Amino acid sequence: MTQLIWNGLFVGSFYALVALGYSMVYGIIKLLNFAHGDLYMLGAFSGFAMLGAMGGLVKSSSLVALLVVLVLTMLATGLSGIVIERVAYRPLRGAPRLSLLITAVGASFALEYGTRIVAGPNPKVYPVRLNGTSLNVLGARVTLQQLALMALSVVLMVALNLLITRTREGRAMRAIALDPRAALLMGIDVDKVIARTFFIGSALAGAAGVMAGGYYGKIDFLMGFIIGLKAFTAAVIGGIGNIPGTMLGGLVLGLLESFGTHWVGGQWRDVFAFGFLILFLAVRPTGLLGERVTERV
Amino acid sequence: MTVADPPVKPVKGRGPTFITRFLQSRHLGWAGLAVGLLAPFVIATPYAMSVMTSALVFVMLAVGLNIVVGYCGLLDLGYAAFFAVGAYTSGVLSTRLHWPLVATVPFVIIVTLVAGIVIGGPTLRLRSDYLAIVTLGFGEIIRIIANNLDVTGGPDGIYGIPGLFGDAVTDPVVFYYAVLVVVAVAVLLAGRLGASRIGRAWRFVREDEDAAEAMGVHTYKVKLAAYMAGAVWGGLAGVLFASQLSAISPASFTFLQSALVLMAVVLGGMGSTPGVVLGAIVVSLLPEILRGLADYRFFAFGVLLIIAMIARPQGLWPHRSRER
Repeated sequence: MTQLIWNGLFVGSFYALVALGYSMVYGIIKLLNFAHGDLYMLGAFSGFAMLGAMGGLVKSSSLVALLVVLVLTMLATGLSGIVIERVAYRPLRGAPRLSLLITAVGASFALEYGTRIVAGPNPKVYPVRLNGTSLNVLGARVTLQQLALMALSVVLMVALNLLITRTREGRAMRAIALDPRAALLMGIDVDKVIARTFFIGSALAGAAGVMAGGYYGKIDFLMGFIIGLKAFTAAVIGGIGNIPGTMLGGLVLGLLESFGTHWVGGQWRDVFAFGFLILFLAVRPTGLLGERVTERV
Repeated sequence: MTVADPPVKPVKGRGPTFITRFLQSRHLGWAGLAVGLLAPFVIATPYAMSVMTSALVFVMLAVGLNIVVGYCGLLDLGYAAFFAVGAYTSGVLSTRLHWPLVATVPFVIIVTLVAGIVIGGPTLRLRSDYLAIVTLGFGEIIRIIANNLDVTGGPDGIYGIPGLFGDAVTDPVVFYYAVLVVVAVAVLLAGRLGASRIGRAWRFVREDEDAAEAMGVHTYKVKLAAYMAGAVWGGLAGVLFASQLSAISPASFTFLQSALVLMAVVLGGMGSTPGVVLGAIVVSLLPEILRGLADYRFFAFGVLLIIAMIARPQGLWPHRSRER
């Protein structure tokens, strides 16, 4: 029982980390960024490439090396996020939302199969594997690495929350989310803020990618799709566009899956998750912490 | 004496150009059908026939999704679910109970209608983006169920599905013509449906749901009707697909398939029947044309998609309303 809860919280913190990028982008420009899951994949692959380049250094101190790689990867995926926004989304600002969605699908394809061209179609095995000593907490098996990764995602999420609620940058983001045109009139450089939002969201996804690579050990070029779907689900459960809600949604989804796997078996896990999502939305259409949004006419 | 107002010049808009009038011509559909009828005389290799038949099935799918997305403005990211429901219903009935494929069609229609109600019923009150994720989840649910049930053959799927006329006639050209006739009728029907009373209600809901509600359109019923119509088109496309390949497996009904159909609709021009047919043909033939690029195929596909959308955000052949 405690084990199930722990597993759920652990997986949920990954989901939350990826979902935050989804939620931020949606909150600001109301775009379902389909390429977001692929940035997670890109993060896993760039981490893989960097660890490979470091070679012998890695074996000696794996967690430290992983941290350095994590920061570099966040920079790399963050920049990729900016590039995608610049090339694929910015020219279509003001276009029908569906065309924007289609370019997002196109960007997703380009990232997935671009990675396939570079890295090849076969799954790769991560050079650093995080497993080791486990503690016994209230009957659950908890490894130190799990604790470290979870602490890392909590730190990233807290930092993000501070950024959004306490800084000028965050205030600009919130202003654009409310009304882009008015924000522009108030002297906010809307394009720049949106680009920075993409940077932050993509960097978080990249971080989650490296962490998942180090934890699960195997990566492949299509790994982004299903996690993107899960992150999206998590964001919706919590209330999309709402940052604390998204974190909560990730944890809820992780717990649901953990218990779902236990009750109905692993192959039905996703049916359980999506079925719950559908029922949940029918009852509470705006998510756990989402506010009632009136459609602009 | 006051100065007389300058005479008001009559506003001279640019009239419809030759190209616009040509593209809106009513005879274009017949021309398209004629091209389809003549195609086997030009090239009739089994490979070409199979590619062209697949393109036709894809046209059927795109026209069906166009009812939901193009006419009614409901974003459906799990359309492959209805495709799968149709294919599996006819596959199971024809292989387990040994029914001829044509006899399964009424059941396919009933089952897909029910599927349309099951997914549409509780979710159509949601806002558009939530609807998108729910339909996406529904598509995944159908695929995973097909992957895990015994009656659907699990990951291996169902094989040995009989042809459209039983196993006696297996000539690909004959099959192509049969599919062409079915799809042509389906395209015509969808176009007529879009121009009918319910079609106008769909457009009204797409343009302004609140105003439609205020004018006495029962928006919920109207949206459900669009969903059900789209489901039937998708299901029938599934029957054609199952009969063409004689084998189906969950791998054919992934999100990729749903995304490709949506792409066809948006690329062609939402709500425009000729545009959607064109979009479907482009999207289904492009990967075949790009086959020479080997590994770069889907990468190029993604990049082309972005370029096409930036160059023509309204689609290749957008709908121009006649009601002004």
